[in-house]
Amino acid sequence: MAVVTRAPEVLEVLAPPVGALGRARRLLARHPTLLGGALTLLVIVAGGVLAPAWWTGDPLEMRPAERLRPPSADRWFGSDNFGRDIYTRTLYGTRISLTVGSAVAVGSLIVGTVLGLVIGFYRRLDLVAMRVMDGLMAIPAILLALALMALMKASVQNVIIALIIPEIPRVARLVRASVLSLREHLMVEGARALGVGTPRILLRYILPALVAPLIVQGTYICASAILFEAYLSFLGAGTPPHIPSWGNIMAEGRAYVQLAFWIILFPGMFLAATVLAINLVGDGLRDVLNVR
Amino acid sequence: MIPQLLQRLVATIPVLGVVAIAVFALLHVTPGDPAVIIAGDYATTEDIARIRSRLGLDQPFLTQVAIWLGRIVRGDLGTSIFSGLPVATLIQQRAEVTIALTVAAMLISVGLGVPLGVLAAWKKGSWIDRVVMIFAVSGFSMPTFWLGFLLVYVFAISAHWLPVQGYRSVADGLWPFLRHLTLPALTLSLVYMALIARMTRASMLTVLSEDFIRTAFAKGLAPRRVLVRHALKNASLPVVTIIGIGFALLIGGAVVTESVFALPGLGRLTVDAIIRRDYPVIQGVILVVSIAYVLVNLVVDLLYVVLDPRIRY
Repeated sequence: MAVVTRAPEVLEVLAPPVGALGRARRLLARHPTLLGGALTLLVIVAGGVLAPAWWTGDPLEMRPAERLRPPSADRWFGSDNFGRDIYTRTLYGTRISLTVGSAVAVGSLIVGTVLGLVIGFYRRLDLVAMRVMDGLMAIPAILLALALMALMKASVQNVIIALIIPEIPRVARLVRASVLSLREHLMVEGARALGVGTPRILLRYILPALVAPLIVQGTYICASAILFEAYLSFLGAGTPPHIPSWGNIMAEGRAYVQLAFWIILFPGMFLAATVLAINLVGDGLRDVLNVR
Repeated sequence: MIPQLLQRLVATIPVLGVVAIAVFALLHVTPGDPAVIIAGDYATTEDIARIRSRLGLDQPFLTQVAIWLGRIVRGDLGTSIFSGLPVATLIQQRAEVTIALTVAAMLISVGLGVPLGVLAAWKKGSWIDRVVMIFAVSGFSMPTFWLGFLLVYVFAISAHWLPVQGYRSVADGLWPFLRHLTLPALTLSLVYMALIARMTRASMLTVLSEDFIRTAFAKGLAPRRVLVRHALKNASLPVVTIIGIGFALLIGGAVVTESVFALPGLGRLTVDAIIRRDYPVIQGVILVVSIAYVLVNLVVDLLYVVLDPRIRY
């Protein structure tokens, strides 16, 4: 019998699973960007969720005597024109961004998937529905969201709705394309022959195959929604100004670019780091889940 | 070839129709009475009634759609509630700034993004490749307005090399025009450049592994010639596609960039209109920009025929 020699990574794959934790650890070791993104994201989530625990104060407390103070030992990120603490406000701003990002991702995935499944499976709808989707996708997302915000009251909930709507046709298009190729698959043909109904085919045969690409798509939507929320707030058409979101903090700081650059610098750093971390996780998941 | 091109042209008409109807329907899909929302919090009943009849909101919905479509076919985008000027005039006045900004940003991104992508693909796995990839991912995650403020802080406020904000028309001289455009165009180009570099690298990697590239190297051609004449030419289709699709990114970024640098372009017009709830202006800008997007992608599709003679419409 020949001695079979294998490359170390093959052995690693063949090694018995050491439980979910061990598998996760090996996976992350092989994808350093996924690891880096996930760790950064974890720190940011912890920063936002546990904001009161990280030596913050009251994000709304004004101390007029301490206006526009530069970063120092007791005001790490400095203070704004009302003497509010930028460090505290930035950490609390994390909550708004993460809420908007995840709500937009989940909302647009659900609505887009349902639409995509229906459009993909009922041929008669396809032609008209896809032209409508093409038309909607021709409208730049940020302009569509701005226009929707102009007609709705400023609130976090409405920002989420205004950001979900432009994403729906993009998700629907992705799902529909997968449905079109999957519906010709042998397993679907087999199910048909056995008399399985259309709703059941969609849910039990097609939807499971869509989970991986949708997770990846969801991370990208989450990242861009966080950016867009900041853009909308910065332009004055997003989260109500009294709520400390990153876009709002920076919008207030723009009048003080020359005097107090820290008001814009720190929330922007958090924003960039969060979006980067989520995009890295998305890229990593795409590799791991083997999407496209 | 001509009939196929015509067919492609005709195919854009339904998309434009959907855009026009969607922009119109925006006003009606949001909850509440649009006339009340546009009139604002301090409006009297008469104000609301006046706005309702002025925007034709008292007509049946389908009549409104028909009137709207009929008007835009004639190039009439309505009048601004705030200034009373025709929306088409307002857009014409502001378009130069936005066109200058987006074209400059596009030139910078393609001019730097494509070579970066080619370089990364050629030196795959090296530190150059890694640096380009890190740049591509982080550039894509960069908040446009924050980058704008960083550049302003470094190059305008600290170093005094370039103006902090504002716009000068080409008519005022080429040098002031370029000085005022440099920072906004750089700001706007980064996201797009990152996207193009990433796409170019991916596309080049596919082509570089093909037999004809090995043949070209084997017959002793200079690497630069192989990369540009053999590889890049064949890798250009996906890159051109992304340039078209990314145009939407550029427009979205322009809205934010114009706000940071106080440029009087279409983005500023939209943001001001939103604060004043000047709905005809909002609709007009979105319509014009979306049509521009559809037309840019039409041009991209037609470019395919030039780049790849195998493609026929």
